[in-house]
Amino acid sequence: MDIAIKDGKIVEKVEGKGVKVIDASRMIVMPGGVDIHSHIAGAKVNAGRMLRPEDHFKDVEVKTEKTRSGVGHSIPSTFTTGYRYARMGYTTVFEPAQAPLKSRHTHEELNDTPIIDKGAYPLLGDCWFVLERLAKGMIEECAAYVAWTMRATKGYAVKIVNPGGLEAWGFGGNMRNIDDTVPHFNITPREIVQGLCKVNELLHMPHTIHVHTNNLGKPGNYVNTLETMKCVENLAHGDKPVIHITHCQFSAFKGRDWHTFASGAEEIARYVNNHSHVTLDMGQIVFTETTTMTADGPFQFILYQLTGNKWINGDVETETSTGIVPFAYKRKSYVHATQWSIGLELALLIKDPWKIYLTTDHPNAGPFIYYPKIISWLMSRRAREKVMRKMNKRARQKSLLSTIDREYTFYEMAIATRAGQARALGLRHKGHLGLGADADIAIYNIDPTSVEPSKDYQLIRRAFKHAAYTVKGGEIVVKNGEIVKSVDGKTFWVDVETSPSVDEFVPRLKQVFEDYYTVQYENYVVPEHYLAVSCPVHTKAEI
Amino acid sequence: MPIISNVTCPVCGSLCDDIEILVENNKVVKVKNACGLGESKFLNYNGHRLRKPLIRKNGELVEASIKEAIRRSAEILADAAYPILYGWSNTSCEAIRVGLELAEEIGGVIDNTSTVCHGPSVLSIQDVGYSTCTLGQIRHRADLVIYWGSNPWSAHPRHIERYTAFTQGRFQASIWYRYLAHLSAYRARRRLLRALKLSSVREAPTIEAEAGLPPTLFRKERKMIVVDVRRTRTADIADYFLQVEPNKDYEVLEALRALIRDEEIDMDTVAGVPVETLEELADVMIGCKFGVLFFGVGLTMSMGKLRNIDTAICMVRDLNRYTKFIIMPMRGHFNVTGSNVVSTWQTGYPYAVDFSHGYPRYNPGETSVVDILARGESDASLIVASDPVAHFPKAAVENLVRNPVIVIDPEPTPTTLMADVVFPSSFVGIETEGTAYRMDHVPLPLKKIVEPPSGCLSDMEILQRILAEVRKIKRETAEVA
Ligand code: SF4
Ligand SMILES: [Zn+2]
Repeated sequence: MDIAIKDGKIVEKVEGKGVKVIDASRMIVMPGGVDIHSHIAGAKVNAGRMLRPEDHFKDVEVKTEKTRSGVGHSIPSTFTTGYRYARMGYTTVFEPAQAPLKSRHTHEELNDTPIIDKGAYPLLGDCWFVLERLAKGMIEECAAYVAWTMRATKGYAVKIVNPGGLEAWGFGGNMRNIDDTVPHFNITPREIVQGLCKVNELLHMPHTIHVHTNNLGKPGNYVNTLETMKCVENLAHGDKPVIHITHCQFSAFKGRDWHTFASGAEEIARYVNNHSHVTLDMGQIVFTETTTMTADGPFQFILYQLTGNKWINGDVETETSTGIVPFAYKRKSYVHATQWSIGLELALLIKDPWKIYLTTDHPNAGPFIYYPKIISWLMSRRAREKVMRKMNKRARQKSLLSTIDREYTFYEMAIATRAGQARALGLRHKGHLGLGADADIAIYNIDPTSVEPSKDYQLIRRAFKHAAYTVKGGEIVVKNGEIVKSVDGKTFWVDVETSPSVDEFVPRLKQVFEDYYTVQYENYVVPEHYLAVSCPVHTKAEI
Repeated sequence: MPIISNVTCPVCGSLCDDIEILVENNKVVKVKNACGLGESKFLNYNGHRLRKPLIRKNGELVEASIKEAIRRSAEILADAAYPILYGWSNTSCEAIRVGLELAEEIGGVIDNTSTVCHGPSVLSIQDVGYSTCTLGQIRHRADLVIYWGSNPWSAHPRHIERYTAFTQGRFQASIWYRYLAHLSAYRARRRLLRALKLSSVREAPTIEAEAGLPPTLFRKERKMIVVDVRRTRTADIADYFLQVEPNKDYEVLEALRALIRDEEIDMDTVAGVPVETLEELADVMIGCKFGVLFFGVGLTMSMGKLRNIDTAICMVRDLNRYTKFIIMPMRGHFNVTGSNVVSTWQTGYPYAVDFSHGYPRYNPGETSVVDILARGESDASLIVASDPVAHFPKAAVENLVRNPVIVIDPEPTPTTLMADVVFPSSFVGIETEGTAYRMDHVPLPLKKIVEPPSGCLSDMEILQRILAEVRKIKRETAEVA
């Protein structure tokens, strides 16, 4: 079978002289990888880079004719981020936590992140405007605000992190559960999630709401996670998902405390298998040193207290917060080994690969360069057992993995690393190789007819680590795992068309703007020319 | 007459973005909302400036074409084995991006002015992290504002009014009215002193350091405390001024930290401050709802440097066990934060980045420009919007000017006088647009409000042209070889 490419798109056929041909026989050809959740750019990521010179010292990228220099490891510099994704055959990556006030920063960094297409999710679950409108039941005005935010911050999806908890963290507090009341705002996390879910539907956003649950990283939190999924159950129409629970591993903990800590993957998987309104991503743990960074300030504070490691906190006025703590996942630790197991249990127990995607919540559960390892764990029971033999004994005994035979096929793997993510993101031109698709293609040097992933997992790892070819927008950017050309990726953002009456909302917004922020309305808005390659995705709202 | 509003002031790290400017015939004629520093910058920037590129020929700086100056600079940089690129705190992020690319291309060292101001703060943060926030959080929530070793009233004049004690927040009201009271007390004291002088009393009465804090500090409303080695204008409007003996900040911070951790102190006074006072201060800090500690070069550059900041950061971190507490450096130049930010995202490191091995290396003390100059290792330099000749130690300056120096700056400075090539650039934020980062890492747009004089390119354009020329020279030499 041949795949023809012209002008960056996949076409029926190309003719004429000078057509370049890649011989991919006996190789695996997939659409370029898509990452729905990876912290690669912006204020928080950069604070992490600044915090950790020791993370960079041993992992450097030397300048070449074609590439800029840089550093890794868990928080690579921008150029290095783009190259490393491309080398693995990934061509689209979303930054999932953009503080709206600091959007310019995110976009400046994305501009300096080569090759990959990208986008960012503004954090909206603790915005004063949102909380106030939702508390008063003003869904439409809230929707107008969210539409405005997407345009103003060049954002792609509604991100909710520990709803209500971050506002409470402004005074050092947090939310205990989904029905706790946010101080001063008379609203609960449940109402925030439901409200923004309704808003998201009204605006016809390409992606669902993208939720990091309350109580993330705490034993027993799986109950709260189930509640969060349930609370939007009846907002769904047909089989279309309305909520994405991100890095679900961190939200699938059972137990009363760290001693009774256990996996809640079975319960979550059962629910997800029986419902079609939710998608997940793994947040898979890798045993390595990394840097944790989320908008979940109170969670990061707890992590700092648990580890005693260095800690950055960074609250953002009227919107959100940030926390950063370096962290090492150790296979001999009961908790860490169990967390490792939870991620894989989720991915293996949830039957439909369109519902759960491969991520490490980079860099929280591990840097993205470890994806090939995770692919091998999903595709090979043997590879999993090899890790289990060396990990904490109690965790091994309690792990469900020894009872799970399932091994992902290449086809399922392609769904979990690109097709599923592209669909969840509403990116119609990505994640497949049909006519009209973007010519983002990864070619891996594995012969699917002769390789048995179950046994040859080392081979799988090597092949997914260094793509034989990566084609981005019709251009060969990687050959034999090396960058041969650097191109600029696009930045996706959502341009929601609302009815003219909605624009009347802007003057009202301007009025309060000065009371809320320390910057001027006009200077808050990121103009389109600020993006190196702007790619608005148009939708039409019901308001 | 066009009034341009929402202009960001390119002077200090407060980066006020509400300035209104009246322009007439490409001239700024009126400035609204800015402080004295900001206003005078907008009104007077154009008075004393460079207008033509200069090249040193036979020992004299003579006018040259821009093309000539670009070629000469590129030759110097392409030839150099270990060039340094320094400055970057008074220019846009866009220019800094090009500067980093140039540094990488020529295998040089790129460093910004934080190397001589807040370098210790960065190192401390890399040691222990820190708890911080954007300024709006302080505006809305802080009921305790402490300025330590910084004098915003003079150096960041609108800081207090826009972001801290005198601003109206959602959960905290402005305390400007108390300031009026302080101010009249201050005036009264000045009058008294003058009167005493007139009546030929030689010795001005010293105000006795009383033990214990004024009762006002224990009320619920917002309060402001200043800690410094001398009484500043900021101290005069504070609710309480704690005077510390010079170079003894560390002792006071350590004592406070111990008290916050509930440890006993076996002394009567620390650095001239009664322990009783410190105990009460610790109580005020623990008892507040949201406290913030701003620190300036008074702390980073006084004895102990790194240890001072380490201790301050750790103290604030400890306080978070009891309440919400934040710490923030008072950054001086309007985009010193931006130069750290851009350098970090491109290289992983905030300053003192050495590309001589083909990849970014960072080891302040070794790869910082002052130290490289002190050791006399560099053989050429590019200085952007900065004046090291006036500010660096003598030995460093001698080594700087021994080798070719290229300067990009809108204004003549001691450094431009010593240079071999001088580019007159346009003023960022007045004649050129761009991006800058406020001291709390909030990015803001800088506006172009008037046209630059003809022949004055922006820093970014000059750097781009030098970079292109360097690459051309490299290709030429590669072809010859
Ligand atoms: S405080 Fe600083 S930024 Fe604000 S107007 Fe004055 S000099 Fe400009
Ligand atoms: Zn995340």
